[in-house]
Amino acid sequence: MGRVDRTGAASASSSFSTTGLAASTPTGPPSLAVDNLTGGYGSRVVIENVNLTIDPGTILCLLGPNGVGKTTLFKTMLGLLPAMGGRVRIGTQSLADLSRPDIARLVGYVPQSQQTPFAFKAIDVVLMGRTARIGSFGAPGRQDREAAMAALDAIGATRLATRSFTSLSGGERQMVMIARALAQEPTFIMLDEPTAALDFGNQVRVLDQVVRLAESGIGVVMTTHAPDHAFLCDADAALITGPSSIQRGPVHEVLTEENLSAAYGVPVRVATSEFDHVSYCYPVLSTKNTQSFEEGNP
Amino acid sequence: MDTDVRQRDEVDVPFSTTHHPSPHRFRFRHLERETLVLIGLIVLLFVTVIVSLQIGRYSVAPSEAIRVVKESIAGTLPDLDQTAAVLFNVRLPRIGLAIVAGAALAAAGAAFQGLFRNPMVSPDLLGVASGASVGACIGILLSLSNPVIQLLSFVAGLAAVILVVGVSTAVTKTSGGGLLVMVLSGIVISSLASAITSLTKYLAPPETKLPEITFWLMGSFARSGSAQNLAIMTAVFLLGAIPLMMLRWKLNVMSFGEEEARALGVNTTRVRLTVIIAATLLTATTVALCGVIGWVGLVIPHMCRFLVGPNYMALLPCSMVLGGCFMLGVDDVARAATAGEIPLSIVTSLIGAPIFLHLLFKGQRAWAE
Repeated sequence: MGRVDRTGAASASSSFSTTGLAASTPTGPPSLAVDNLTGGYGSRVVIENVNLTIDPGTILCLLGPNGVGKTTLFKTMLGLLPAMGGRVRIGTQSLADLSRPDIARLVGYVPQSQQTPFAFKAIDVVLMGRTARIGSFGAPGRQDREAAMAALDAIGATRLATRSFTSLSGGERQMVMIARALAQEPTFIMLDEPTAALDFGNQVRVLDQVVRLAESGIGVVMTTHAPDHAFLCDADAALITGPSSIQRGPVHEVLTEENLSAAYGVPVRVATSEFDHVSYCYPVLSTKNTQSFEEGNP
Repeated sequence: MDTDVRQRDEVDVPFSTTHHPSPHRFRFRHLERETLVLIGLIVLLFVTVIVSLQIGRYSVAPSEAIRVVKESIAGTLPDLDQTAAVLFNVRLPRIGLAIVAGAALAAAGAAFQGLFRNPMVSPDLLGVASGASVGACIGILLSLSNPVIQLLSFVAGLAAVILVVGVSTAVTKTSGGGLLVMVLSGIVISSLASAITSLTKYLAPPETKLPEITFWLMGSFARSGSAQNLAIMTAVFLLGAIPLMMLRWKLNVMSFGEEEARALGVNTTRVRLTVIIAATLLTATTVALCGVIGWVGLVIPHMCRFLVGPNYMALLPCSMVLGGCFMLGVDDVARAATAGEIPLSIVTSLIGAPIFLHLLFKGQRAWAE
């Protein structure tokens, strides 16, 4: 149920096996796990006793209403906010015991807004993903440039290499940022609302890349405001509705009509397309069609 | 010219998702271009040095200069050679000081612009020049000796920055805010320092001390062009510029913001502290020795961005060379334009502003593509 027709993605995914993108090791890479995590800002607790596990090659979508602690959880998982209790670990290594470069070699980051006042070339932006693999006072070498180029190739954005980052469209920037995360050669990639502020086509392109990241063996965590995106990726979902209330599981078990309606406080319907069995949800506006909600599914 | 090169490169990059687009080919070409610009700037610097040797009230013909250099190398130089005295004791130290001071200000400005993610930032952002001015003005007012004034100025410059960093660290600890709080603290401390500087001017005897303070605040190499000062300036320059050069890749990453830089594996606290200390040393020493010289730290990195792009790997060395070159040219104008010495800040602005405006107009086209 809810499976995506991925023939398009699968045929193109061979480009992922480019040099410098080997994410999985033969011994089986470790999982990214959150154990009894409590997080927040200063002394304010935002999330409490959260438990999650993400395996390499899988996708986890973090969903929840505004202000519920998605970003706090996300940033604590990246080690950008210190954990107030519990821990984030990769395999048996606690994030708190790892150095910044250590973390960056394991977890790639695609931020929500990409801003720099300077007109770097896209390839240089991707090259910045190599920072954790360059010595403290070093500069990127030939190998790093090749890895950066391979990352751009892998997401089909080779043509953007010499374009100025500031002149790119939102969709193109997002692709460059994904390439930058790939250039980190991480086991996991965390994307903060990667489809926000993108047009419909670019949202789909980004989702395609997310699925391909997972297919190449990378564990993906992304926050999103669109439950449909979780359905499309056939991902695991974590629906956050309160500091310590998180429902987590396969998307069709978590994102049910009841759960979504309760989480967002608006009536939501979930349906499945009869053509390719993709599930989708849609809200029912209180100003219109209230009676059709009573009628139930067609 | 910038636009042309870029467009040509774009055509060469394969369209579509070719899997092996031979990345090195165009990378090398870009490195070459950046290296070429750097070599060009170094040549320009040498030419400016040779021209500068001849400029001044005592004119030295090129053949005369070559003779003196030849004879001094051969050891046959007469003890009382007037040309040699002018060249070696007056002109060369001053030329050297101008180059190193310009390079120091440009490097500090470039580093701060990356760290604070803003091309409008000058090396004085955290109040180092304002603080150094206070120290110098008090020193002048108290009729202290020149080295003591310089030391006082240097210490006051450092003190201002320590105050700014201290205040912002304390504020950030309790209520967050990061770099923005630091910039605001810098504005506050700078304006406090300006008030004290104004107070010293108000208190200064208008016939004697006031002109001295006023001239100092506008910058000059006339007082400080000695071999000893050149040695001090060069030593501090190495102390400040080497860490900046080593961190220049990290400066690229820092310009994406602290959080992204951390996620990419940069220890931002350490990098930020190192850059602030290095840039402050550079600026404080320059201001202490040569007075307040505006514009260079702001404009030179900008000019270099037009020449080699924003990548600090090329931007920082280019800024240093062009900064030295520009400062030397400005000092030549200051020395030669009139019988007296025009203060440096006047000349930097008079020359810098039109060049900058020209680049802005040119740059708009490059950005619009």
